[in-house]
Amino acid sequence: MDIVVDLASWTRAGIGGAMIGIAAALLFSLNGRIAGVSGVLGTLVLDRPAGEAPWRVLFLAGLLLGALLMSLLRPDLAAASLQTGWPGMIAAGLIVGFGTRMGSGCTSGHGVCGMARLSRRSITATMTFMAAGFATVFVMRHVIGAGS
Amino acid sequence: MKALVALASGTLFGMGLLLGGMTDPGKVIGFLDLAGRWDPSLAFVMGGALCVTFPTFQLLRLRGRPLLGERFYLPTRKDLDAPLIGGAVLFGIGWGIAGLCPGPAIANLVFGSPEVLGFVGAMIAGMWLRDRVAARNPPGASDAPVAAT
Repeated sequence: MDIVVDLASWTRAGIGGAMIGIAAALLFSLNGRIAGVSGVLGTLVLDRPAGEAPWRVLFLAGLLLGALLMSLLRPDLAAASLQTGWPGMIAAGLIVGFGTRMGSGCTSGHGVCGMARLSRRSITATMTFMAAGFATVFVMRHVIGAGS
Repeated sequence: MKALVALASGTLFGMGLLLGGMTDPGKVIGFLDLAGRWDPSLAFVMGGALCVTFPTFQLLRLRGRPLLGERFYLPTRKDLDAPLIGGAVLFGIGWGIAGLCPGPAIANLVFGSPEVLGFVGAMIAGMWLRDRVAARNPPGASDAPVAAT
């Protein structure tokens, strides 16, 4: 295995991660809500519980606002190098939406919040989607050879 | 006040996603590509987040209720069922194809890429589709055995 050692990147990742952690801790400790993005979005557009739209919209709008603010501070980090074309993006979006709805969460809800609660379901889900992610990239890059 | 907390939390979350590299699909695929030139950065994102959430969530458990609300809104299920595993597998596959998970995809919308907008639209369609499928096949005997807690 060939490991990319980039201490600056690791440091940014750790600090960025801590900021995500503080964001999730704020929402949970003050509002009692889990900062799980697929859940916040799915409940907003599909379940639509009365009176819950405002905070959900504000949280999601905050994601865009935060990305914008950070991109002003660090324009070099705003680059998003897409890894697949339109068909791949649409297919992946469909699968991600279907899977997160079916599996009750994504990287944030299960990975950052659920694991912190030591939820057995979240730990299992996180291990599972990480393994599926590793396997998918292995197949796409090293078996099919697409995207390389 | 709760609305302000939600906005502040989302904003900090979005800043962290960008700083951490999660909004760049190339970086995400670099992390998921164990057999290539592996870029472990994103492990530090989850690690950094858990360093904060783990102690906080454990302490809050003792307190029993949030500072501004009446109760914690938490999932009640404890069992490991087939939809949990199957859903996580599907999510991981989609994540591996595009290098985008829901949070970074939404944060990325601010940069105006049409493909990312397409991804987010398809993601919402996928969630809707899951509800249609689940409504047709209500959980029942066909489900995998449920592990009791």
